[in-house]
Amino acid sequence: MAKPAPLSEQTTVPATPAERTPGPVLRRVAGPVTWADERVGAAGLGKFFLRKIFPDHWSFLLGEIALYSFIILLITGVYLTIWFKPSMAEVEYEGSYQLLRGLAMSEAYESTLHISFDIRGGLLMRQMHHWSAMLFVASMFAHMLRVFFTGAFRKPRELNWVIGVALLALGTIEGFAGYSLPDDLLSGTGLRFVDGLIRSIPVIGTWAEFFVFGGEFPGTLIISRLYMVHILLIPGLLLALIAAHMALLVYHKHTQYPGPGRTDQNVVGYPLFPVYMAKAGGFFFIVFGVTTLMGAFMQINPLWTYGPYNPAQVTAGSQPDWYMGWVEGAIRIMPGWESHWGSTTWSWNVVVPGVGLMGLLFTLLGVYPWIEAWLTGDKREHHVLERPRTNPTRTAFGVAGITAYIMLMLGGGNDIIATQFRMSLNNISLVLRVAVFVAPVLAFLITKRICIALTRVDQERLLHGSESGIINRSPAGGYSEDHLPISQGEAFTLTSHNEYPVLESEEISPRQAKARRFFYGDNMSKPTRAELEAAAHHADGHDGDHELGDGDHHAVTGSRQPELTGGKD
Amino acid sequence: MSTTEREDRTGLVVRSDDDRYPVDNPGVEHEPPRYTDTDERAGNGAYRFVVTCFGLVPVFAIAFVVIYFAVPKNLFIDLGASHLMAQHVLLGLTLGMAILLVGVGAVQWARLLMSDEEMTEERHSAASSAETRAAAIDIVYQGLEESQLQRRKLIGRSLLGALGILVVPAVVTLADLGPWPTRSVRAQTIERTIWGPGVRLVNDITYKPIRAADLEIGQLVNAEPENLQELHGHEVLVEKAKAAIIVVRMDPNSIKIPESRSSWHVNGILCYSKICTHVGCPISLWEQQTHHLLCPCHQSTFDLGNSGVVVFGPAGRSLPQLPISTDEEGYLIATSDFPVPVGPSYFERDSRNDYEDGDN
Amino acid sequence: MKFLSSRRRHKAVKPLLLVAALFLMGGLYTVAVPEQQSSADSGTSTQVEEGRALFQVGCSSCHGLNGEGTSEGPTLVGVGAASVDWQVETGRMPMAQQAEQAPKRPPVYNREEIDAMAAYVASLGPGPDIPTEAQYSPEGLSAEEIARGGELFRTNCSACHNFAGAGGALPDGKYAPSLQGVEPKHIWEALRIGPQQMPVFGPETITDEDVRTIVAYLQSLEQEPAGGLTLGNLGPVSEGLWAWIVGMGGLALFAVWIASKGARSK
Repeated sequence: MAKPAPLSEQTTVPATPAERTPGPVLRRVAGPVTWADERVGAAGLGKFFLRKIFPDHWSFLLGEIALYSFIILLITGVYLTIWFKPSMAEVEYEGSYQLLRGLAMSEAYESTLHISFDIRGGLLMRQMHHWSAMLFVASMFAHMLRVFFTGAFRKPRELNWVIGVALLALGTIEGFAGYSLPDDLLSGTGLRFVDGLIRSIPVIGTWAEFFVFGGEFPGTLIISRLYMVHILLIPGLLLALIAAHMALLVYHKHTQYPGPGRTDQNVVGYPLFPVYMAKAGGFFFIVFGVTTLMGAFMQINPLWTYGPYNPAQVTAGSQPDWYMGWVEGAIRIMPGWESHWGSTTWSWNVVVPGVGLMGLLFTLLGVYPWIEAWLTGDKREHHVLERPRTNPTRTAFGVAGITAYIMLMLGGGNDIIATQFRMSLNNISLVLRVAVFVAPVLAFLITKRICIALTRVDQERLLHGSESGIINRSPAGGYSEDHLPISQGEAFTLTSHNEYPVLESEEISPRQAKARRFFYGDNMSKPTRAELEAAAHHADGHDGDHELGDGDHHAVTGSRQPELTGGKD
Repeated sequence: MSTTEREDRTGLVVRSDDDRYPVDNPGVEHEPPRYTDTDERAGNGAYRFVVTCFGLVPVFAIAFVVIYFAVPKNLFIDLGASHLMAQHVLLGLTLGMAILLVGVGAVQWARLLMSDEEMTEERHSAASSAETRAAAIDIVYQGLEESQLQRRKLIGRSLLGALGILVVPAVVTLADLGPWPTRSVRAQTIERTIWGPGVRLVNDITYKPIRAADLEIGQLVNAEPENLQELHGHEVLVEKAKAAIIVVRMDPNSIKIPESRSSWHVNGILCYSKICTHVGCPISLWEQQTHHLLCPCHQSTFDLGNSGVVVFGPAGRSLPQLPISTDEEGYLIATSDFPVPVGPSYFERDSRNDYEDGDN
Repeated sequence: MKFLSSRRRHKAVKPLLLVAALFLMGGLYTVAVPEQQSSADSGTSTQVEEGRALFQVGCSSCHGLNGEGTSEGPTLVGVGAASVDWQVETGRMPMAQQAEQAPKRPPVYNREEIDAMAAYVASLGPGPDIPTEAQYSPEGLSAEEIARGGELFRTNCSACHNFAGAGGALPDGKYAPSLQGVEPKHIWEALRIGPQQMPVFGPETITDEDVRTIVAYLQSLEQEPAGGLTLGNLGPVSEGLWAWIVGMGGLALFAVWIASKGARSK
């Protein structure tokens, strides 16, 4: 059992380093440190950074996966640029892959084949690059969900959240630009799709199409333009935004999960040097190593089987990489709505799911911190994370969002689902047209109920302690179970979250009050100090027992539950 | 701290007994020592593990180099159905292990040997103190004063205007990103194909002309215009992206042919654009019994037995049909270009002439 | 074995062609004049008779007593011997139950029985014959010819059967089956007869020579090296799934390990 220590004895970062007798390593370090300090003030930086505290939790490493994937992308990407030729000029293939011998293809495709078959380790680099691109977006996504569900986007981190959303959007575009470069049949099909997508934009569509492609599809320019976007423009923006993201992280210090000793005024964890450096540095090599092994053993994008791009060819299973799958799904399940007004054509069937939905998602994500801040009216800083259950409505919204996203993803893979599970393609699409609206609502209601139920469980533990599993029979024949009091640490963890009172007050507008009722109206209130003391007292009287079927304790919490104004669930 | 009350700069009142904290903060719990701290042998075991990890890295790195030079490209590892490229897999395996072991060693070092003591650092509020903020605002005012921006207002305004106008040349330079799709340019590009009267239909890839008599019911031919061969380089792709067609033969009695299109087919041989009207994927998944044509990209389904109308999926318009006939040698020829632009919709497209279900 | 059996088929088919031609000339779509065949080859008429017997037991309930078709199954007049060979040898016929599409199964009939039924159905009306090995054998093609076969494959086949021949979805629960491991003869036959929803690819547009290159391409594709496990060759959907399962899953496990505390002594 962990033993709580009094706060006054809490370990803090020592302001002045303890006297140490310099060992051989320290003596050797002294010279370079002095040199660097005299020129760039390295000692000051070191003193500030080296003992910075990072809290330890696996979910805090999701963002690190994204950072490391980005570094792996830079490294492997540089290798690929050494041999890749971003040109759509036509050449005849004479390389070592027999099954494409003598075919006409673009230099981009030819050089990609060259990397894959004639450069030793080239295929490995290509596959690592592609896998880490998948992981880059996947880990950004997972990291974003962690931040969302724990409320880490609240003040003062709203800007960092927005930067994160921008990173996700840019990462997606970057990935798309990347998989379009090899100019194989699949990437060409993807470009064809983008051509149709751009074209569908009302009023300016045709102009945008001609400007992006330098004329008619496919033209001669798109590969070299995407190359510039892929290796210069977006990586530059990503790099800048990542730098800003990290700088803000350092400035704000990392958030932490609730726990004994954790408050909004401190951060508890391990120092950057040496523990976190070894852990985070080690994790970089682990991510790198796993990506390498994936590149070695899992084939990705076998573009030599797709063949060179040919606008008259297509393959079953033409899909984008996973992070565009939801847009693909939306476009697949969208009904064929198109308006023909006068001599103009309005392609709602393409522009709404393709352009509109992406805009909607990233806008919603971007403004979410302010929506929540508006309805809570909370102006305080938050550094202790919320457990998802203590904010049921937010968590339910998140799960509903994920559900909608998954429904659309399923739409994007409906042909693969149809063949793998022997289902009807058309029925999947028809079901998804409904499910994309219904499933999120169900997910919302279920999640909210689960969260509230979980807070009730917490309440139980706080008021009655944990179940010991020991059943006693009283002389009268009644049965009761021994309950053991939970530790003060756990009790603190379960009660340290914020509560937002639902009030009709002068300070907030009626609309704000309504929103707040919707958001927090169903929440369980945590017990007050008095209630906890009463419960503890009550337990003492019962000698730690809690009669089974005894319901009067629930009434204590029940009576404090805020009144519901409308049946929202 | 547990009994005092204070207000920090964030405006957050920290009290041990307020509603926020009904339970007193017990402070950070100190974990008991690890086995590796108390047991010398466990500690040495962890030490050996870390050193072994790091020690294996050069072994794998050297193996990588050896494989790079020694394993030939055409050596395969047979794993049932897959034939793995030995060089690729072995390079990846050795490199991956070398990199992974650095990480595993470092993490185990941190987990088992480095100090396990959790530390606490005080946070500062993201905001500066009120004095600093006031001082900063003061400095800004002073600077504005000294710059005379307040007095000579036009300096600021004209500077902003000057900077703003610089965007215009930057944007205008982009006007040459591509040709402008004006009405006449559109008519010459996206609104026409290389089909025309008398152009023969030929097999894609082989360029063999198609004789009407050779097609049986249920047959599908992926075809191109004969004059595609005369083009070179990227022009082939540009034109192919519009001119690609599919030729199908159906029993004339089992399909609907509207009055206006009665001369567009040759004994049930019909020719349609291969480019989907949704976003432009080439479509050739034709079911010969239902006459339905499915796009593998987004599953728009067109009924080729009913002038190409949409029967399922996201496409908004029928598939354009190419009017065909035969020449004196019996080969299929086009009698004109497509009557409507092929491919996905665009804003300026006049879609009033497209076939709709029930038209004649 | 394969070689021997195809030789035997070869012998039987030639006289059958003659029979079919005779029937056509007579404008007859029934087996009416067995005496005339016997002059061509006495063995054939027995084969047709055997075939008819097998047909009436195994097929006639759907295809009609004389192959004229019923509401349950299409007419077999004019579908040719290749059709019988393909449908029966791949086990698709006889169909176990009425379904949208007959799946591939182990064949119910042996070689002789299939030949007999093929002879019988061929005698009903002219249609594509069972091909000789020379028509589909991929032997002796150059790398460039095989590469061209790849182009033909991607232009005509991959839209339904996928870029690696792994198969794909068709409307309403139907599907284009996988081509991996399919015998070259069956590929030739499928192109010519256009079974089920598959369109016909006739000999004038996709010549036997073209079919040979396509077959050669498919066979070479199966032998081609891969940069690791192929993950089903289903394209980005399976790749994305594996990126989450292996990549994110594996790294999340590592993350849990990294953040876990070392074993405690108490």
